[in-house]
Amino acid sequence: MFEEKELEKIKQKKDEWEKNLYSKLVKENHELKDKFENLSGIEIKNIYTPNDISHLDYINDMNFPGEYPFLRGVHANMYRGRLWTMRQFSGFGSAEETNQRYKYLLAHGETGLSVAFDYPTLYGYDTDHQLCRGEFGKCGVAISSLKDMEILFSNIPVDKITTSMTINGPAAIVWGFYIANAENRNINRRNIGGTIQNDILKEYIAQKSFIFPPEPSMRLIVDTFEFGFKEVPRWNTISISGYHIREAGSTAVQELAFTLGDGLEYVRWAVKRGLIIDDFAPRLSFFFNAHNDFFEEIAKYRAARRIWAKELKKLGAKKPRSLLMRFHTQTAGCSLTAQQPEINITRVTLQALAAILGGTQSLHTNSMDEALALPSEKAVRIALRTQQIIAEESGVTSTVDPLGGSYYIEWLTDKMEEETYKYFDRVEKLGGVIPAIEKGFFQREIAEAAYKYQKEIDENRRAIVGVNKYKMDEPIEIPILKIDEKGEERQINRLKKLRKERDKSKFEKNRNSLRKAAEGDENLMPYILDCVHSYATLGETCGVLREVFGEYKEPAIY
Amino acid sequence: MEKKIRVLIAKPGLDGHDRGAKVVARALRDAGMEVIYTGLHQTAPMIVETAVQEDVDVIGLSLLSGAHMTLFKDVTKLLKEKGMSDVLVLGGGIIPEEDTPALKKAGICGVFGPGTPCEDIVRFIKKNVKK
Amino acid sequence: MSDLTSRILKGDPRSVAKLITIAENNSSELADEMRVIHRHSGKAYVIGITGVMGSGKSTLIYELARAYRKQGKKVGIIAIDPTSPFTGGALLGDRVRMTDLTMDDGVFIRSMGTRGMLGGLASAVYDAVEILDASGKDVVIVETVGVGQAEVDVVKIADTTLVVLVPGLGDSIQTIKAGIMEIADIFVVNKADRPGIEQITAELESLIDISCIGKDRKIPVVKTIAKDNKGVIELVNEIEKHKEYLKKTKVFVAQRKKRYEAELVEIIRKRLMNFIFDESMFKEKVEKLIDQISKKELDPYTAADEILSKIIK
Repeated sequence: MFEEKELEKIKQKKDEWEKNLYSKLVKENHELKDKFENLSGIEIKNIYTPNDISHLDYINDMNFPGEYPFLRGVHANMYRGRLWTMRQFSGFGSAEETNQRYKYLLAHGETGLSVAFDYPTLYGYDTDHQLCRGEFGKCGVAISSLKDMEILFSNIPVDKITTSMTINGPAAIVWGFYIANAENRNINRRNIGGTIQNDILKEYIAQKSFIFPPEPSMRLIVDTFEFGFKEVPRWNTISISGYHIREAGSTAVQELAFTLGDGLEYVRWAVKRGLIIDDFAPRLSFFFNAHNDFFEEIAKYRAARRIWAKELKKLGAKKPRSLLMRFHTQTAGCSLTAQQPEINITRVTLQALAAILGGTQSLHTNSMDEALALPSEKAVRIALRTQQIIAEESGVTSTVDPLGGSYYIEWLTDKMEEETYKYFDRVEKLGGVIPAIEKGFFQREIAEAAYKYQKEIDENRRAIVGVNKYKMDEPIEIPILKIDEKGEERQINRLKKLRKERDKSKFEKNRNSLRKAAEGDENLMPYILDCVHSYATLGETCGVLREVFGEYKEPAIY
Repeated sequence: MEKKIRVLIAKPGLDGHDRGAKVVARALRDAGMEVIYTGLHQTAPMIVETAVQEDVDVIGLSLLSGAHMTLFKDVTKLLKEKGMSDVLVLGGGIIPEEDTPALKKAGICGVFGPGTPCEDIVRFIKKNVKK
Repeated sequence: MSDLTSRILKGDPRSVAKLITIAENNSSELADEMRVIHRHSGKAYVIGITGVMGSGKSTLIYELARAYRKQGKKVGIIAIDPTSPFTGGALLGDRVRMTDLTMDDGVFIRSMGTRGMLGGLASAVYDAVEILDASGKDVVIVETVGVGQAEVDVVKIADTTLVVLVPGLGDSIQTIKAGIMEIADIFVVNKADRPGIEQITAELESLIDISCIGKDRKIPVVKTIAKDNKGVIELVNEIEKHKEYLKKTKVFVAQRKKRYEAELVEIIRKRLMNFIFDESMFKEKVEKLIDQISKKELDPYTAADEILSKIIK
C-alpha cells in the first residue's frame, strides 16, 4: 500500500524519534505500566506507523464495503443507508408482563424485538416441573406453550418487526411456537423474520444450557437450517455466539476463534447432510460481545468478517450473501459493576461505540442496574437512548468503516486474525470441535483466562473503577425489578387448563409421530409444528426428545 | 498432620453460569483448601447429601438466576433438619443487598456478590469455619 | 465399641464420612476406632482404576457402579485427585460425573486429595476402604490419579486393577510409561468409538501376548463406550472372572496380605513422621538439626542417625 522508499524514510524517522524524544521522556518519567497489553494479552506498542501494515494490499486484504473479504463492512453504504437494529434483549415473569415491556421498548424507539426466556424454558421444562422450583420468570419470560407465545406477542405486528429469540436446547420447539402463532394470525411463514440462537456448541463450551448430547443436537440444528431455507426464508436459523464464551471469561481472541470455529463446524455438518452451502449460509448469523478494550473489540469484528469470508470461500461458497458475516452485538454483562451502578452507563456507551465502529448489524446495550437485577424501565430507556445518541448526535455513521486504514486498527485486525488461525490449528490437532469439547479444551482455556483476569483484579494489577480503585463506601442502591409473584400461579393454572381443554387424541398422535421421527432421520420441524399446533407444551415435546436422545453430562473442567 | 478445610461448591437449580464458582474453587484451592465441586443442576437434597458424604466444613452456593431466596433456604432448612447447622454456608452470585438480611436469618453466614475479591472469601472462611 | 463405630456398622453415611475425615487428619481417635472397624472388614471386593486424564475413568466408574447396583450390591467409591504441592489445596472434581448416584443410599462417594503422598493414592485410603467395607459395601472402587509411571500404588490396595486407555490420545502404547502397563489385571479401552481403536487394541494385544508368556492367565482387553453404557456388562464379567481366578489360585489371599503389609507400613510411617516432625518436643530438635545441615555443620545422614537413635533404642 505504501511506496518502498517512503517506508524506509519513515522507519528511519521513527528510530530517531524513539531515540531522541521518546526514550528521553520515558527515562525521566516511567510509563504508567511496564507493559501495555490488551485483554487478550497482545502487547500494544507506543505508536503504529505505515511500516506496521506495509504488507497489506488494499484491494485483496481490505477492499470496499459490501465486497469480499468484507473487512470494511457487509453492505456498501452501512449506516448511511440503514442504521443497526436497536434490539434490547428482554423478558421476565409471565408473557403478559413481558408483552407490556415490549410495547414500552417499541414505543421508545427500539426497532427489533429480542426475547429472554426463564431457566425452565431454556431447559425445555414447563413451569410446573419439579426441577423448576423457584425459577419461574426470574431471568426471562416463561413460555410453556403456544398459548403463552400468543400472549407474548399480542398486538405486536410480527409481520412488520423481526424477533430474535435466545433459546438453544429447545430452539426448534420455541421456533415452532413462533411460527404457529404467526400462522394462527394469518401471517404466512414466508413473511416472518427473526433469529433463533440455536447454537448448541457454545452451550457445551460456555453457557451450559444444553439438553441433549452433541450428535442429536447437531441433527436438530441442521433440520432447522433445512426447514428454514425451504419454508421460512427470512429467518436466521442460527446465531453463532461468542458473547457467552466471553462472559464465561475468555479473551477477545478466544471469543473470535472459538465462535468462528463453531460456525465452521455447523457448516461442515450441514454440508455432510447434503445441504448446498449457498442455500443455507446466507441465513447464518453471529453474535458477539462488546467488552472494554475499545480498539481490540473493533479489530475483532473486522477480523471476524474477513476470516469468515475466507473460510466460507474455501468451503466452496460462491454467493456473496454466503460469504458476508452479519452479526448482533451485546455490550459485556460481565463488565458491569454493582458498585456505583450509574457509571455502567459510561462503560456501555464506550462498548456500544466500539460495536458500531466495528460495523454491527444489530445492538443491545445493557442497563446500568444489570449487575444485580433485570432492567427497570428507566434504566432500559437510558440504555436505548445511548444507542440513539450515537446514531443521531455523534456523526460516526456518516461514513463507512471510519477507522479503516488506521495503522493501529489494521495491525491489530491482522494480529487477531493470526492468533485465531493458531487456535484453529490447535483444535484441528485435537480432532475437531466436538472432540475438543469432549476433551475440555475450550472449557479449560476459558477457565484459565477467567482465573487470570480475577487474579489481576484481586492483586490490583488491573483496575476496575469503583471495585478496586476509586471505591466509595456507600451502600449499593439498585432498584430491583420485582417479578409479580402471582404470575407463577397464573402460569401453572393456564397450563392445567390447556392440558385439560386440548384435543387429547390429536395431542397423543402427534407426540407419538414425533417420537418415531426422532428415532429415525427425518426432518423433525414438521412433526414439532404438529405437536405445537395441538397445544403440546414445551415440556411434553422436549420430553419426547429427551427420551429418544438422552441428556448430556459435562466433564468437570476448571 | 494438618487438617484441611473442606469446601463444597454447589450450583443449585437450573442456573448454568459457572464462571464464578470455578474461579472461587480455584482460589480456595490456592489457599490450601480441599474443594469439591458438585457441577450443575443440584437440588437441595443432593447438595446436603454430598455435604454429608464429603464431611465438608463449608458449603458455597453459587446462583445467578435470581432464585436464591427459594433455593438457598431449601439448603439451610435441610441442613438444620439433619443437625448440620455447624457447616458454614455461604452464598454468591447475583444477590441484591436487600435480600441479604433474610438470607442471613435463614442460615446463610455470608453473602458475596459481584465485585468480591476472592481474598475476602478465603479470609471469611478461615475466620468463621468451625473446627 | 464406640457410638461412631456402631453407627458405621449399621451403614450410617454421616458416621462413615466422619471417620474417614478422622483418618485423613490422622486424629488421635483413629486407632481405637480402626481396631474395631478392621475386625468387621474384609468382605468388600476392591477394584482399583487408573488411567490418564481424559480416559473417561469417572464416567466408567459411574456406569460400573450402576451395574453393581442393578445386581443389588452396595458400592463405595473413593475418588482421589492430586493435592497441590505448593498450596496444599486440591480441586476434587470427580463427583461431577457421578452426580446421579448422590441420592442412591446404596452408594457412598468420597473425594480425597493425595495430601502429599506419592504413588497416586492418599494416605488414608486404606482406612477409607476398610470403613466403607465395614459399613456394608460389597464393592469398593478406588479411582486414582494416573498420569505417570509413579502412580502405580493402586495395586497395593486393589484386588482387581483396571488400567483405562483411550484410542488416539497421541501416544502409542510403547511410549506410555512402563509401570502403568504392568499393573493391569484388566485393560479397558474406553471411548472405543474413537478413531484409532483398532491400532491401540492391536498394540495392547501384542504387548499382552509377550508379557503373558508362561503365565496362567492372559490379561483381557475390554472395549467400552462408557458414556453410552456399552461394554460395561462385559467389564463386570471380566472382573468377576478375575475374582474367581484369584480365589481359585489362592493369589487372592497373597494379594490381600500385600495390602495389609502396605497398610501396616503406612501406619508406621505416619506415626514415625508425626512423632519426629510434629510432636513438639522432638520438633525443636529436628528444626535445630535442619538448621545445622543448611549451615553445612552437619550432614543429613548423621542427623538421621541422631533422630533414629532416640527412637530405636
